[in-house]
Amino acid sequence: MTTHSEIHDDLSFEDSYNFAYLDEQTKRMIRRALLKAVAIPGYQVPFASREMPMPYGWGTGGVQVTAACLVPDDCVKVIDQGADDTTNAVSIRSFFERTAGVATTEKTTDASLIQTRHRIPETPLTEDQILVYQVPIPEPLRFLEPRETETRKMHALTEYGLMHVKLYEDISQHGHIATSYAYPVKVDDRYIMDPSPIPKFDNPKMDDCPALQLFGAGREQRIYAIPPYSKVKSLDFDDYPFSQLRAPETCAICGADDSYLDEMIIDDDGGRMFVCSDTDFCASRQNEQGFEPAEVAS
Amino acid sequence: MDASSLSGGFVDHAVQSATAFRDLLQAMARPGLIFTMNGTEPPAPLSIAAGVAVLTLCDADTMIYLAPSVDNDDIRSWVAFHTGAPFASSRVADFAIGKWDELFEIKDFPAGNDEYPDRSATLICSLPALVAGKTRLTGPGIKGAHWLDLPDGGDEMRRVDLYPCGRDLILTAGDQLAALPRTIHLETG
Repeated sequence: MTTHSEIHDDLSFEDSYNFAYLDEQTKRMIRRALLKAVAIPGYQVPFASREMPMPYGWGTGGVQVTAACLVPDDCVKVIDQGADDTTNAVSIRSFFERTAGVATTEKTTDASLIQTRHRIPETPLTEDQILVYQVPIPEPLRFLEPRETETRKMHALTEYGLMHVKLYEDISQHGHIATSYAYPVKVDDRYIMDPSPIPKFDNPKMDDCPALQLFGAGREQRIYAIPPYSKVKSLDFDDYPFSQLRAPETCAICGADDSYLDEMIIDDDGGRMFVCSDTDFCASRQNEQGFEPAEVAS
Repeated sequence: MDASSLSGGFVDHAVQSATAFRDLLQAMARPGLIFTMNGTEPPAPLSIAAGVAVLTLCDADTMIYLAPSVDNDDIRSWVAFHTGAPFASSRVADFAIGKWDELFEIKDFPAGNDEYPDRSATLICSLPALVAGKTRLTGPGIKGAHWLDLPDGGDEMRRVDLYPCGRDLILTAGDQLAALPRTIHLETG
């Protein structure tokens, strides 16, 4: 009998799976939805999301989109909040190594397809890359209007006043637009779209991006897309223009002053440090500078 | 059905359809770029590129309309064997196959509705040749402009006046394939 540990000893390609795990009919269904999504930028195309061998919230939508797009010579990178080495990223990467036999990488520049949870890499993307976002709640109006029948009408009629009221209420309560992640955007001057919970620091990277951007929401059964070089505008007001947000610090390890930073609590006395959220960006800067790993002051 | 309808499909379906879809996705995302497809040998006059598109996208869940020029027994049994897709009238078709001029004449392909603009037909349109030409394409997916040699009537076929409703075109000529989604603005220069 094969023991559990023996199965997990071999993480290489298993050809007992169909290529990229999903059956062919499922892939065709997802592929048809993807083409519609690209043809109608920002519109959420319903699709018959399948159960995947991982729980909802772990990127089942992104995994299905990636599986439908993969070709054998792809090189896949998976990031979770900017990191390549966290549980979600590691498990999805090994999932595609095993079920599709594709190469994987942690380097943004080497990847042909990048699946991401809640970040856009700092390194600019190219025309040869596809960025697949994992999306928890695809409907940007959902927390303002819980009924799907109503939000669907609002999109149909371009009735987006409610979203501006929400941003206005931010200003009236906080003096500025306090929404700092999942900041709503308008795509190609038509649909308001949830960019998934990326920090609003990343929003400008979506505009005029050379790479194709695909969004998959597994539990909510929606796929949407931004074609390359599309206009993506973060919503704002003339007198309260959109602004990026990052901690006013430099990375404690690589010294970057232009990357998105994570705040790390390092002791019980309020000590903290800021480091790049994008681990590949930070590591490549350390390499360039010949850095030894920094010692953390306590 | 004779033996010829059993051949000419994908040999390694999972990998060939994945590769073909990746090109279709890029074609739709970068309208006007021309891709070379391979892997199918459909009965005449269906082109290789149209055959690849049909085998990659169609199955028992999609209704196919065949325009008169491609509506023959060989093509019907080839498509039926390789995809299992039912044939239907233009009014309810998910995919339509034919020449540009034929599909232009048919006005009742679904264009979706305001709440579900995705419930629209995709027209797999054959052209005598697919080359860069005098029609200027601009819109999402295009940096600056792309140029194609297109006949008149592209806006009416796609019903761009109904955007976000409308139809998307997959253009084929031999083994060449390009796409023209409803978002793209056409100008003849």
